[in-house]
Amino acid sequence: MLGALKRLWHKLGSPRWFFALTSFWVSLFGWAALLFLLVGVVWGLAFAPADYQQGNSFRIMYVHVPAAMLAQSLYIGMGVAGFIGLVWRMKLTDVFIAASLPLGMAVTALALFSGSVWGRPTWGSWWEWDGRTVSTLVLFFLYVGIYALREAIAEMQLRARASALLAMVGTVNIPIIKYSVEWWNTLHQPASFGLTQKPAMPSEMWLPLLVMVLGFYALAGCVVLTRMRAEILHREGSARWVGEWVAGRRGS
Amino acid sequence: MMGSLLLREWQILRRAKGTVINPMAFLFLSATLFAIAAPALVTQQISQGAAAGILWTLVLLTQLLALDGMYRRDFDSGLLEQLLVTAQVPFVAVLSRIFMQWLSTGFIIVLSSPLLAILLGLSTEALPAMALALLLGTPALSLLGSIGASVTVGFNRGGVILALLVLPLFLPTLIFGADLVEAAQTGRAVTPQAYVLGLISLGALALAPFATLAGLKISLEMQ
Amino acid sequence: MFTLNQLCCERDGRDLFAPLTLGVEAGAYVELLGANGSGKSTLLRTLAGLHCQFSGSYNTVPAVYQGHRLGLDALLTPVENLIWFAGLEGVTLSLERILDALQETGIVTKAYDSCAAMSAGQQRRVAMSRWMLSQRKLWLLDEPLTALDVEAQAVASRIIEEHCASGGAVICATHQPLDLAAKTVLTLMPQAAETSL
Repeated sequence: MLGALKRLWHKLGSPRWFFALTSFWVSLFGWAALLFLLVGVVWGLAFAPADYQQGNSFRIMYVHVPAAMLAQSLYIGMGVAGFIGLVWRMKLTDVFIAASLPLGMAVTALALFSGSVWGRPTWGSWWEWDGRTVSTLVLFFLYVGIYALREAIAEMQLRARASALLAMVGTVNIPIIKYSVEWWNTLHQPASFGLTQKPAMPSEMWLPLLVMVLGFYALAGCVVLTRMRAEILHREGSARWVGEWVAGRRGS
Repeated sequence: MMGSLLLREWQILRRAKGTVINPMAFLFLSATLFAIAAPALVTQQISQGAAAGILWTLVLLTQLLALDGMYRRDFDSGLLEQLLVTAQVPFVAVLSRIFMQWLSTGFIIVLSSPLLAILLGLSTEALPAMALALLLGTPALSLLGSIGASVTVGFNRGGVILALLVLPLFLPTLIFGADLVEAAQTGRAVTPQAYVLGLISLGALALAPFATLAGLKISLEMQ
Repeated sequence: MFTLNQLCCERDGRDLFAPLTLGVEAGAYVELLGANGSGKSTLLRTLAGLHCQFSGSYNTVPAVYQGHRLGLDALLTPVENLIWFAGLEGVTLSLERILDALQETGIVTKAYDSCAAMSAGQQRRVAMSRWMLSQRKLWLLDEPLTALDVEAQAVASRIIEEHCASGGAVICATHQPLDLAAKTVLTLMPQAAETSL
């Protein structure tokens, strides 16, 4: 039993096996993302009722909320991957970190941007030091820190270990940062519209949101897996199976 | 082992006084710059909250400056690798280094906080609260900063990356530290902030030595 | 004392030398030869636990490691440095033993001077005293003869010989072979060819 588990674990860590397995998952996630995003966008933008207070501007939520959720999930994913990579020395975890880092930065930037655009009609200014805004901004800085660290270390193995360590430390700190920013926010800000937390959001409004969230996560799965596969080809460039795979692609 | 480690740290501190004096000079100088550049912020009674915030921000930056050199000398001289190879418990060695780093910056800042408070126009009633906040908060800065310093010590110019790595981690300490002082001035209770600051420092104490050790190992493998 | 089993150090996924298998008993002096970049330093760092990228395995006892960076604090005197180092090992040394060791390496006249004011060779002599004072049986020395004058080189050879004679073991990477009667020479060869292609 233990032996079988161990073999499975080694298999999971093998880039070649991962590469073979994921070609199916990439297309699955890709089609799911297309479906969910199409449905979500049409439903959210055209059919969901307008907000009684904000009118149509609340529809930015359908981009903003999924982006913010994904931004956080990807960072936590990097932290978990970092932990696994440091403890079990699994090469694939760094491939995951390398693949999700740029996407994480991009969706964090998207969350900040969409939040800002949303804030203009809602709060009357492009930037409010709202609790969630600050948390997202700090999250962006956490991403930038790891990015800068990775840029600074030339050796791949050490880069992997250093960024895994920092992703772990950052992940441990995320809840503490969120909590303290919330504390700060309740002290220094008048109560703002708690749009996404308003319990009374009718189901016609939150169902499309749910679809959009699923769409964003499926898209992230597709993008991260595709980037991981590209990274694996790059790193394992000298291995025989990569040569065979490339030859097979050319032939077909 | 702890004794000889601390003995060396103490000997170095006595011979290289710059490690204590330079950051403190920076702190006072930048406080002066603030008072000159934005007199309204620090002289009017209404902006007491600003004074505490400015002081905490400057403390963070001062720590950052000091942290950059935390392991650099030992790294360059090869002492760090001796420490990892030879020390019976490298964990203790790292911990004593962090403790001395705090003693030579954070603790000195606590001691000099009355002067700083006067410079920044903080009311005298808030002085004990300010000292308490710094005493509880600065250990977290040394501990968390040590993680960043350990990873960047092998870089030629690690200062900016160190800032990017550790400043976001300093944020909770900054929030509760500044709020504790403000609470003391406005007559709110300060115990919740004090507890949280202490908890953050304790949490950092649990996390930082291990992470620092891992960071130092990575840096030593870089050459 | 230590064994290497198909040990091959890596740097960024690249093998540095052909795998090594070796067993070393107490009393052995192993001379590690090889061209620049053949991985001598990395092998020593691996055995010291400072380098974690390798395939194969090794078994070793706690060692004294002497790298290119001497590990002396320039702000301290030789005596203070040696006390600190003994403290790391968890040993308390008497002043006489420390001064004796410095006497042996011919640097006792500088025992209370700052290390910052010393030449590279003089600092090396202090480092040599440190090996002598250590309790550890295995010495990992990386280019220990660098910057030493003829007399100090002879002292280094003698110290190493005595250590081996008293049941220790030394593995020494060098470009200047030491003048010792009994030695094992280990030459690091580059990995034959890329096998993964």
